[in-house]
Amino acid sequence: MTTTAEPTTELGKARTRKEDARLITGRTRYTDAITPHGTLHLHVVRSPIAHATITSIDKSAAEAAPGVIGVFTAADLGVESVGLPCAWPITPDMKAPQRPLLATGTVHFAGEGVVVVVARTAAEARDAGDLVEIDYDALEPVLDMEAALAEGATLVHPDLGTNENATWAFDSGAAGTGGSVDEAIAAAEADPDSVVVRRRFRQQRLIPAFMEPRSCVVDPTGEQITVWAATQVPHILRTMTTVTLGVPEAKLRVIAPDVGGGFGGKIGVLPEEMLCVALAQRLNKPVKWTETRSESLLAAHHGRDQIQDLTITAKKDGTVTGLDVHLLADMGAYLGLVGPGVPILGAFMFNAIYKIPALKFTCTNVFTTKTLTDAYRGAGRPEATFGIERIMDELAVELGRDPMDLRKQNWITHEEFPFTTVVGLTYDSGNYEQATEQAMATFDYAGLRREQEERRARGDKVQLGIGISTFTEMCGLAPSRVLGSLAYGAGGWEAASIRMLATGKVEVVTGASAHGQGHETAFSQIVADQLGVPFEDVEILHGDTQISPKGLDTYGSRSLVVGGIAVVKAAEKVIAKAKKLAAHLLEASEDDIEFNAGQFTVRGTDKGKAIQELAFAAFMAHDYPEDMEPSLDSDAVYDPENFSFPHGTHLAAMEVDTETGRVTLRRYVCVDDIGNVVNPLIAEGQVHGGLAQGIAQALFEEANYDDQGTLVNGTFVDYTLPSAADLPSFESSTVSTPATSNPLGVKGVGEAGTIASTPAIVNGVIDALRHLGVTNVEMPTTSQRVWRAIQEAQGRSTQETPVDTHSPGAGLGSIDPNNPQGEVQ
Amino acid sequence: MAQVRVTVDGVNYADDVEPRMLLVQYLRERLGKTGTVVGCDTSNCGACTVHLNGQSVKSCSVLAVQADGAEVLTIEGLARDGELHPVQKAFNECHGLQCGYCTPGMIMAAVDLLGDNPDPDETEVREGIEGNLCRCTGYQNIVRSVQRAAQMMKPGASAPTESPAPVAGGN
Repeated sequence: MTTTAEPTTELGKARTRKEDARLITGRTRYTDAITPHGTLHLHVVRSPIAHATITSIDKSAAEAAPGVIGVFTAADLGVESVGLPCAWPITPDMKAPQRPLLATGTVHFAGEGVVVVVARTAAEARDAGDLVEIDYDALEPVLDMEAALAEGATLVHPDLGTNENATWAFDSGAAGTGGSVDEAIAAAEADPDSVVVRRRFRQQRLIPAFMEPRSCVVDPTGEQITVWAATQVPHILRTMTTVTLGVPEAKLRVIAPDVGGGFGGKIGVLPEEMLCVALAQRLNKPVKWTETRSESLLAAHHGRDQIQDLTITAKKDGTVTGLDVHLLADMGAYLGLVGPGVPILGAFMFNAIYKIPALKFTCTNVFTTKTLTDAYRGAGRPEATFGIERIMDELAVELGRDPMDLRKQNWITHEEFPFTTVVGLTYDSGNYEQATEQAMATFDYAGLRREQEERRARGDKVQLGIGISTFTEMCGLAPSRVLGSLAYGAGGWEAASIRMLATGKVEVVTGASAHGQGHETAFSQIVADQLGVPFEDVEILHGDTQISPKGLDTYGSRSLVVGGIAVVKAAEKVIAKAKKLAAHLLEASEDDIEFNAGQFTVRGTDKGKAIQELAFAAFMAHDYPEDMEPSLDSDAVYDPENFSFPHGTHLAAMEVDTETGRVTLRRYVCVDDIGNVVNPLIAEGQVHGGLAQGIAQALFEEANYDDQGTLVNGTFVDYTLPSAADLPSFESSTVSTPATSNPLGVKGVGEAGTIASTPAIVNGVIDALRHLGVTNVEMPTTSQRVWRAIQEAQGRSTQETPVDTHSPGAGLGSIDPNNPQGEVQ
Repeated sequence: MAQVRVTVDGVNYADDVEPRMLLVQYLRERLGKTGTVVGCDTSNCGACTVHLNGQSVKSCSVLAVQADGAEVLTIEGLARDGELHPVQKAFNECHGLQCGYCTPGMIMAAVDLLGDNPDPDETEVREGIEGNLCRCTGYQNIVRSVQRAAQMMKPGASAPTESPAPVAGGN
């Protein structure tokens, strides 16, 4: 990070985290650690087949197994008509199949639950699950998005009459926010001084792969049913449990205790969670479900999975004149909570940081017989950023320009903010020049270009490529009215409460629900500054609907820019009340009371009261103004007026062995403008982790299905998360152009690294090979894919080499990148 | 049922267990040592790493009965008399954790790594902990943490004693 003097305010201080004390000593409470007396354990028996009719189910052997309390189908539980919610109907006529708690009649993806076993121990439930006999008649799987949309295709849900979920379109010409893309393309095609570049990119299917497997415990004893869940969204889960099962909201208490990562993967409302509630009610006993990792990779929602057809037009002088985007997005077999809207979030980001005058975006969502897709870190924005940053490189090649120069020619200059883009968003602030200059200087862009030329000239076996990504994103989901205009099934506000305790300590309640982000530390810093109290005196409470009754939880880089601002608004109300009380006790006019660093003083005197004294006075309530209640406690709900728009310049130096296809990330430099930084230590950690996930998409990860629709790499042996040995240290730093849309000037950082890094890596890989004739390598850019691309570009046959279906090169050091078939032996 | 006698975090236990019970299940379900967590079912992630007779092991790939007669040290027994182990301190100081789920295993693996190699360079740290997966940090601050801990544990700095302090009730 940029080195600066230690700030005198808490804002900007690299505080070590409060939450670490319990996490480094094992004093944690993840959901699976919670086992009320008498807890019964669930095991879900899942379909091994992607698409099939269930012809018979024999539960008798399982029911007779040791420790088994019951074996249930959806019919046994009376939940056949219960459907899980999709909260984002992107079009009024969107096709939405009912997503059942357990399949009845037909299974639609491998991993879908059919039967649930309840037993006294988890081991007994699993053992008995193996004894459930289910017969299937296999149906044709539906795997390829384009084939799924063709005439006569097998239908995933025949009653819908189509495999198309919806088509959502935005045309800047029709919307009046820009020109017509059709006209831009026609004009460019007719103009010898213009170019048209068309490319197809693929966003492979990914698995969020949070480290804590999902888990749910439901205790029906007592007046409220208590649900502990490994979820990012306890508040949404409570409301959706009511919507799904009809349990009155006020009779439900949802607790997200310590949650071990989410990355979007824990925003769902799960069939297993609803089964836990239904079974706890039926059996009048606490029940627990914890998935295995293999179950998680198979059945928890996946992410990405798009085909992107892009057309960009430009004048030969480099001025971009239009961008046409056509997406196919794989929904999988059902719709997740916000699944259909994920690709739509990208609609507003394809123009990125560029002054593109005309943009059309069309997205068709498709059903297949695969695991459903939903949010994964970045959700729509990584896909958009990849598309535009890849095609900007392609355009640069077409025009014979340096890719950074072409970007500079087209981006919004810092004098032009606030800038309303071609999709109608207003970017409040930014300085692309500043971030880029710093990144290029750190990276030694010119020096690496020289080295690249030299290595090309001497025909080095290992070639150097330079990958660029100058990204922006929309953070802080979201202004409620904007969400309303997109038919999103909720608002985007966040709630906060501050309670001033009698002892002068401060309890802060937030509706955001941290699962690794460090809210307890960052929000304590914000409150310490706002109220002038010691950092250590602030306690942040969250993740329990009885403690934090109102909230919309954590996703979309929203916790700080929405939740953090709600905390500021609540603090302002506390100060207003304290000022009134101070004026009363100090026998002064409220107008004469000044507040600074926790002290309320009468202007021009040495008379004053500390905020802690006022909290105590309010608690005692022996002497307070007649027109106020004896309390300083305050609530706030903050609804942002705009998104925030972090941006940054990311540069990757990639080395590619042209004989083996082995790709090595030599250096990664990024300069992110995330506005004002509350805690640089935490912000840097978010960038690092985001980079690792984005780089993993480019190099390592893919959820692969075989031709029968079976996930073939559904364990951590072969779904290859990067290990420490697969990644270098990153050179990350920040610059700050404060957001003008919120009082802290913050922008959000949770997703930046993931959004920016994927195209930087792939652009670098291709840049290393461009002179050999390679124009594209699909992700993940494994050794074999790179090797094949080189062979094909050189006109050599690769027929003798089997196509890889796995993602070699990552994880555990067990796979030799020079032997990319190693893992399938 | 088989009998297992084991010392965990300095406390002696004797229990009858199913022969197939894994050490991690025994720690969590029988002893309530839920600080040690389970992250996968293929022994890849290392979240369940503990020390068995001073060596780091993935407790999902050891049967409880194999620990018979052994000393087990978990994340819950690593601090002594309220004093954190240098590796624990370093993870806090260097922001080597976010969600914390991989952290118990990562710390136990790092302690063992530093026992074998008291002054590892970056590559040695990265290769030394590659059996422990983290999805949050990108590993950079974990590497820093391990190297910071190595500095803190150098001769002259106060090193932890060998025998763990008892931290759970009796048997």
